[in-house]
Amino acid sequence: MSLLTLEGFGLAVPYGRGRRTLVEQVDLTIGRGEAVGLVGESGSGKSMTARAVIGLTPPGARVTGRIVFDGAEVPSGRALRRLRAERIAMIFQDPRAHINPVRSVGDFLTEAMIHNLGTPVRQASARAVRLLKEVGIGDGERRLRQYPHELSGGLLQRVMIASVLAVEPDLVLADEPTTALDVTSQSEVMAILDELRRERGMAMLLITHDLELAAATCDRLAVMYAGRIVEDIDGEPRHPYTRGLMRSRPSLEEAVHRLPVIPGRPVAAFEAGEGCAFGPRCDLAEPRCRETRPPFVRGVACLRAEETA
Amino acid sequence: MTRRLGGPGVAAAVLLAAIVAITLLAPLLAPYNPDLPDLFNALGGATAAHPLGGDALGRDVLSRLMYGARTTLLAPVLVICVASAAGTTLAIVAAWAGGKVDAVVSRLLDVLFSVPGIVFALVTVAVLGPGVPGVVIGLAVAYTPYVARVVRSAALRERGLPYVAAAWVQGRSATAICLRHLLPNLRPIIVAQSVSALGFAVIDVAAVSFLGLGVQPPTADWGLMVKSGLDSAMRGQPLEALSAGLLIALVVAAVNLLGDRLGRQS
Repeated sequence: MSLLTLEGFGLAVPYGRGRRTLVEQVDLTIGRGEAVGLVGESGSGKSMTARAVIGLTPPGARVTGRIVFDGAEVPSGRALRRLRAERIAMIFQDPRAHINPVRSVGDFLTEAMIHNLGTPVRQASARAVRLLKEVGIGDGERRLRQYPHELSGGLLQRVMIASVLAVEPDLVLADEPTTALDVTSQSEVMAILDELRRERGMAMLLITHDLELAAATCDRLAVMYAGRIVEDIDGEPRHPYTRGLMRSRPSLEEAVHRLPVIPGRPVAAFEAGEGCAFGPRCDLAEPRCRETRPPFVRGVACLRAEETA
Repeated sequence: MTRRLGGPGVAAAVLLAAIVAITLLAPLLAPYNPDLPDLFNALGGATAAHPLGGDALGRDVLSRLMYGARTTLLAPVLVICVASAAGTTLAIVAAWAGGKVDAVVSRLLDVLFSVPGIVFALVTVAVLGPGVPGVVIGLAVAYTPYVARVVRSAALRERGLPYVAAAWVQGRSATAICLRHLLPNLRPIIVAQSVSALGFAVIDVAAVSFLGLGVQPPTADWGLMVKSGLDSAMRGQPLEALSAGLLIALVVAAVNLLGDRLGRQS
């Protein structure tokens, strides 16, 4: 049975007198213990989608469709708080901004244990030290007394991961967990996150714009463009957008003089016209691509997917 | 801390600490009983026995200054404690709730802000009768917006920061986030603003005493001493009014300087 299901999920935010659609018609399922990657460019709505799962929507936003977690629609109010406290956790992009600067690392790590799970203070501290060890931070006792500004970004992100492990949630929403880190700590942090997640059987929704990273850690990948999922990658990519993304990354095997780029710039959902949102940038676009939104068939939303496969 | 305050800030802090220490130790340090009249010293000038002379009843001015600091300083501190607590609470509630609650609270604070503190003190004194309690209550209401308006805008900014969203996502309640996350981050601003307001409160309390509505004779109080010293000055002994007035000015300047230095850091 699936743990999290999004059905026809959409999100619109107030703009002037009207609303602007940022995400629409997103269907996504994550099974227990499964890692799903949601890949897309900035502004494609991937973060919005993840944040909406735990009710972290911008003020005045209107959510359409259904978000079902473990058989029940995601509630609001007190029940949502319980869900956040015990079953769904989130890892943010910039740990420095997401950890209160005036409270110690120990406060941050033990707060959820003490207040949400009712762990006694002494036990919570001991557990925090063990968790820090698990994420590769050896001198836990000292770290607990330190403040966020005394730790590097990589260490802080490990602390953030430890805080998530502390509550052992069923689902981790990882919103670009390595984007703010430098390249050397990126892979370490990602490896730690993935390993500990697997050990504990936690499911993960990984939001990233790094296709390779997502492919390496996730069981499945979904590609978002202009607020919609354009492809569930299963083997070879078929959507022209995904293929363009694959072509435009540097490879270790072959040297190319200049990497191919996708012409134009990414559009937001509300900027897309009648037809395929990617149409204006697509080198395979035909007149019919401009007329109707391509339906999502067999894992891809492209009228020409069959021919190009 | 020393580097944060800079030279003048440290000087101000030391001066205030010295005044507070002398006040606390007044029973040991004061050469005379501040309330004991001595007709031989009435309107007396400065002598070795009475360095600042005597007032109209011959009470020793120096001793009265030492004891008088108690009410002169304690009342403003009480005012600011109450005003800071009330102001911070209102500010955080307004910033957190937003919308209509924020609008109502903010307009209410604007209205309070538009009325001078002394006027509030006059109203509460009229209801409760002259004395320190009426003055403290009136001025505390008047000073609430001083703290609340600044803290509200800071809380509004702080509220939008990602760590608040992160705490939210951890399943913490709004109350817990406000108390455990927002408040510690707002503390420097609250302290700086409160200390600045304290300077004004000292003046207002002294002014109300001067008008005869605050501390009642024969208790020693700087504001009251400026008032009674005026009469003495007419009769040729200006030391009482001058020394009390100078001390008020000195304390206000020191407090303001301290508040300014603390505010610069936050």
